[in-house]
Amino acid sequence: MSEKVLMKGNEALGEAALRAGCRHFFGYPITPQTELSAYLSKKMPKVGGTFLQAESEIAAINMVLGAAGSGVRAMTSSSSPGISLKSEGVSYIAGSDVPALIINVQRGGPGLGSIQPSQSDYWQATKALGHGDFQLFVLAPSTVQEMADFVALAFETAEKYRMPAMILSDGMLGQMMEPVVFPNETEIHEGDKSWAACGHKNARKHNVVNSLYIEAKDLEKTVVERYERYEKVKANEQRSESYLTEDADIVIVAFGASSRVSRSAVNAARAKGIKAGLFRPITLWPYPETELEKIVPTAKKFLVVEMNMGQMIEDVKLVVGGRKPVEFFGRTGGIIPTPGEILEAIEKM
Amino acid sequence: MNLIDKLKKFVIITGHYGCGKTNLAINLAIEAASAGEKVTIVDMDLVNPYFRTSDYRPLLEKHGIDVITPVFGATNLDIPSLPASMYSIFEREGRVIVDVGGDDVGSTVLGRFRPQLMNTDYDMVYVVNRFRSMTVTAQETVEILREIEGVSNLKATKIVNNSHLMSETTDAEIHTGIEYAAEVAGLTGLEVIANTVPEKAIADGKVDPGKVDKNYVVKIYSGPGFV
Repeated sequence: MSEKVLMKGNEALGEAALRAGCRHFFGYPITPQTELSAYLSKKMPKVGGTFLQAESEIAAINMVLGAAGSGVRAMTSSSSPGISLKSEGVSYIAGSDVPALIINVQRGGPGLGSIQPSQSDYWQATKALGHGDFQLFVLAPSTVQEMADFVALAFETAEKYRMPAMILSDGMLGQMMEPVVFPNETEIHEGDKSWAACGHKNARKHNVVNSLYIEAKDLEKTVVERYERYEKVKANEQRSESYLTEDADIVIVAFGASSRVSRSAVNAARAKGIKAGLFRPITLWPYPETELEKIVPTAKKFLVVEMNMGQMIEDVKLVVGGRKPVEFFGRTGGIIPTPGEILEAIEKM
Repeated sequence: MNLIDKLKKFVIITGHYGCGKTNLAINLAIEAASAGEKVTIVDMDLVNPYFRTSDYRPLLEKHGIDVITPVFGATNLDIPSLPASMYSIFEREGRVIVDVGGDDVGSTVLGRFRPQLMNTDYDMVYVVNRFRSMTVTAQETVEILREIEGVSNLKATKIVNNSHLMSETTDAEIHTGIEYAAEVAGLTGLEVIANTVPEKAIADGKVDPGKVDKNYVVKIYSGPGFV
């Protein structure tokens, strides 16, 4: 399939997972993510893989821990309330230094919230998906093509640093359809799996995949070592995209679906003679501080646009460090801002 | 080309999830209403949370079209249910266009209306798109049709070829789509009554409708609309 086909974002995630060599999917249905599970339920058996609809989100994430602990590429997917349920298992995965992929097709919250698109889980994904000291590698696609492209990247990065990865999508990207192209043959770059508990066959010392430490000093040592790895992730894995930022007076910072609307607003502002630009974080953790920092000296003002009440704005403010004003425009509850609304916010600045 | 006159008064629109059923239903409804017909459009999709006929209610009502939708459709509830008014669609005067959910899952609901449909002279249109994942070959397209027919207990009567690649549609895609639709027709014995062409692709000079047999120019209504 090297030609373009129309896919929903959720389907593209599923196809990309198969092409990345993932043969173990464990999930539980929830809107607006379900097309991903539905796609894999049809396709996974055809490639000899395991598709399992678990009895709950909690069961599914612990199946991911078990499968990934044996060294195979394993993943789960859900939407906001389901991701909350998975948080304990995600913490165990991080604490066991197991690479795995978690997909969140966000919907409105808190609580049962809504089934409409949202970006309200930014803090959860980047700061606290579960207890304990740990981070996820978080990618934020903004097109169906990126939904497809980021799956292999997420697995590879997770394996390189032995940490869980998340694709933080939203209902709009999951449900919308766009042309997408997959390479004829996807090369699979699997990381070192010599740590995996996959049967030692009396040929080597047995491996232990575990997050429990009897001695506090051992736990501290492990966590500190993990954070040294996180520093390498911060140094090596930041990704972002800058659009018309070189001469921009007003720089919008937005990710995922809201970055698409923001791009339209930037074009509309330019048409009115306002020098606007867009900075789009692609990795949400590590936050692309290095590239954002480059824009701070030339930009006059920043406008953070999110489909939530203002979460990523804190990371933008950390980088800007009070040198320039940072304002916010957001819609929440499942509402997508319109380009016109964002343009109005730009004009008020 | 006029398409609505090639169809019976009661039209059921089925197809693979995301093949363009809703957009076709809206185009047909507006075409019929513009020709002076009394039109009812029925959103019978109980599986799809976004991009539904009922999202376009204001536009449809502006054309004088009656819109019947599931209770809680296009709201924040996961499980829309069928309203009692759904049974009135078999007694309505004029044109009735039923937009069904995708695949076998979305078409299951039709089974419930089999007793009424047995006494209705209907067309069941199967919408196909060569560029939609999972209906790229004629064989897999027919497999999905058989699944839809299996759960709905109804047989498709006509094919509308809606092959396109959204804003990237050119003559090449349209003509590849026509060959593919002919193959689907060959495998099913059904007639392709129209080949759709997006109005914008013509305006942008990407598609020459003069070279498309049975062309039906469609406006694009369905989709996120923000990019």
